[in-house]
Amino acid sequence: MEFFLVSLLNGVSYGLLLFMLSSGLTLIFSMMGVLNFAHASFYMLGAYFGYQISKAIGFWPALVIAPLAVGVVGAMVERYGLRRVHRFGHVPELLFTFGLAYLIEEVVHLIWGRIAVDYRIPAALDFGAFEIFDSQYPAYRVFMMAISVAMLAGLYLTLTRTRIGLIIRAALTHPDMVQALGHNVPRVFMLVFGGGCALAGLAGVIGGNAFVTEPSMAAAVGSIVFVVIVVGGLGSLSGAFIASLAIGIIQTFAVALDWSLKDAFDDFGWTGGIAGAIAAIKLSSFAPVLPYIMMVLILIFRPRGLLGRRDT
Amino acid sequence: MSGADVANGAIAKQAAAAAANGSALWAGLAGIAALIALPFVFPQGFALSLMCQMGIATIFALSYNMLLGQTGLLSFGHAVYFGLGAFCAIHLMRWTGSARTGGAWTIVVLPLIGGLGGLAAGLILGGVTTRRAGTIFAMISLGVGEMVASIAPMFPALFGGEAGISANRVFGAPLFGITFGPQRQVYYLIVGWAIVAALGMRALTKTPLGRMANAVRDNPERAQFVGYNPQRVRFLMLTLSGFFAGIAGGLSAVNYEIVTGETLGAQTSALVLLMAFIGGIGQFYGPIIGAVLVTFLQTALSQYTHAWLFYFGLFFLFMVLKAPGGIASLVELHRDPWRLGLTRWIWPQYGAVLIPALATVAGLIGLVELVYRIAGGVDAGETSWRLFGHAVVATSWVPWATAIVLLVAGGWLLAKTWSGVLCQWKTVLRATARGDAGETRK
Repeated sequence: MEFFLVSLLNGVSYGLLLFMLSSGLTLIFSMMGVLNFAHASFYMLGAYFGYQISKAIGFWPALVIAPLAVGVVGAMVERYGLRRVHRFGHVPELLFTFGLAYLIEEVVHLIWGRIAVDYRIPAALDFGAFEIFDSQYPAYRVFMMAISVAMLAGLYLTLTRTRIGLIIRAALTHPDMVQALGHNVPRVFMLVFGGGCALAGLAGVIGGNAFVTEPSMAAAVGSIVFVVIVVGGLGSLSGAFIASLAIGIIQTFAVALDWSLKDAFDDFGWTGGIAGAIAAIKLSSFAPVLPYIMMVLILIFRPRGLLGRRDT
Repeated sequence: MSGADVANGAIAKQAAAAAANGSALWAGLAGIAALIALPFVFPQGFALSLMCQMGIATIFALSYNMLLGQTGLLSFGHAVYFGLGAFCAIHLMRWTGSARTGGAWTIVVLPLIGGLGGLAAGLILGGVTTRRAGTIFAMISLGVGEMVASIAPMFPALFGGEAGISANRVFGAPLFGITFGPQRQVYYLIVGWAIVAALGMRALTKTPLGRMANAVRDNPERAQFVGYNPQRVRFLMLTLSGFFAGIAGGLSAVNYEIVTGETLGAQTSALVLLMAFIGGIGQFYGPIIGAVLVTFLQTALSQYTHAWLFYFGLFFLFMVLKAPGGIASLVELHRDPWRLGLTRWIWPQYGAVLIPALATVAGLIGLVELVYRIAGGVDAGETSWRLFGHAVVATSWVPWATAIVLLVAGGWLLAKTWSGVLCQWKTVLRATARGDAGETRK
């Protein structure tokens, strides 16, 4: 029971982090039709910026400055890169963001090195928040969840209750009409792109020290985030939310469990050969594959994703 | 235009086509002769292994372009077919080696086995990935690629875990005295397979399937109206492309005698995408240029700087922004003016651009290297090094100032001279469209 509760909480906090990434990606995708391949690279940039700034002036300023800096970088990328490739079509756009991801990873390699940096959770949050049965649950995880939830609530309110949110939602479906009404749609695009990147950056700042800040973190999270938005349904924020939580929880549980089919196979007398090879696999080592299997199953049985309206 | 003119035109066209075919044949034969002669021109070991690498990369990049260039499918998981082909080949090589059957002739047909492995992978995975084209295909191909790459470490018996699977390519009876022990013999094997595979892929572009692939790329709805199922066309192209990628994988198994799980991963997929795109996806020969160039740069640049991947990424972004057709599109741009002798108009402008362009690039490279020297990354601690016999000290202001001046002044001059190039190109293109050099140069 204790194991179950702790894993569930860890899974939810990881899932919320995933949603901070996938929400930005989904918004950008449904608005501009661009799949931002470099989205997870902005997550990584957030983590490294957070590390550098918190080394200089502390974690709390970093929490504000780093995501804003990442957002500015993102907005510049949209303004001076993506917008120029836009007229060539979708494939060059995708290639552009792909090249960008490549470039950001190399910059990180060369500035911060190939191994993980020592980005730690701040001392002020390094204590047990509450007890679950006998063990302490770390306060930083609670803080992560609080920040994610607050941020997402803010995003939801901005999109549904404010004037700018109204324009964004209108520009999503009827960009030409919004433009005709006198709004600067390209600037709205730039803001959304920058905002999505800032969200990814924030996820990096609070996730980088909870997990590991290393150059391969973008590639590791990036493909999972793509899986999330395919499983949730392209362009659907609520679908991305459910898929993020589901994948977060499933992966956390799978990593923690070392079940295997060995006992079951032994009962049937299946040993050696292919059965032996399958039996030797533990669920924990199977964890990295689970999201992809889930994606393939969704694609076969429900191509539009969980809550999507169009077929994938 | 009278009927006779039309007829004359048609005859002239036919003659030109025949002449083009004839010259293409001669060019092809000359190319093959050059490929045979190369190991005698560059007999050094490293040159030979580099050329082997280029041959394998050529097949792989061409197979990738069957998807991206011909069918419009941007794949981020093409390494799967290459890698699975390589694993099939290496397992067969181990098995025949240990069972003491076969001999050098099995090595000759081994790439075909790799190809069948790639084909099988395409048959299994293609059904899921080719439902949709465009962005969604890209995303799904990435997911499927990651899936296969992350499944591999779970079956150490099949994929060799971290150490990979190794085998020995020399066993059994030699074939006409060929054992495939020396690298040179492997080089000829690779060249032979590369020519066969390239001709096969070239022929495929002329078949109805190849044409339909183009149609599906350009306008899937119209292709559907004509009575073809776009998904089926995409599926067939993916499977065939997997076959050729598998041949490349089989050759790499023969060449390196080892295959690791990393072969299946995102790095390999990214590399082949870079090769095909930089070379040019719009022309059949584009990926060949890209494969040779990228393989060469990979080896040459990495000896000089740790930042080579960075330059590589920058070069790729530059190509995406400025020349989305790749190097081949630039070649094609010059083709007609060259035939009409109009390129001499443009050479002076190119000459004027050359110096500022070199200065800009030198300044950029200098700045990047300096930043890396003082940042805490890979090169940390090496703040001074020698360049052209002079000591460069990254902590003094001199190299910084030099790099910035080169970058700014070069960039400014480049912008100035580049407009001259564009202006002159307009004149050249107008003259080319008229089909003569009659107009005097302004």
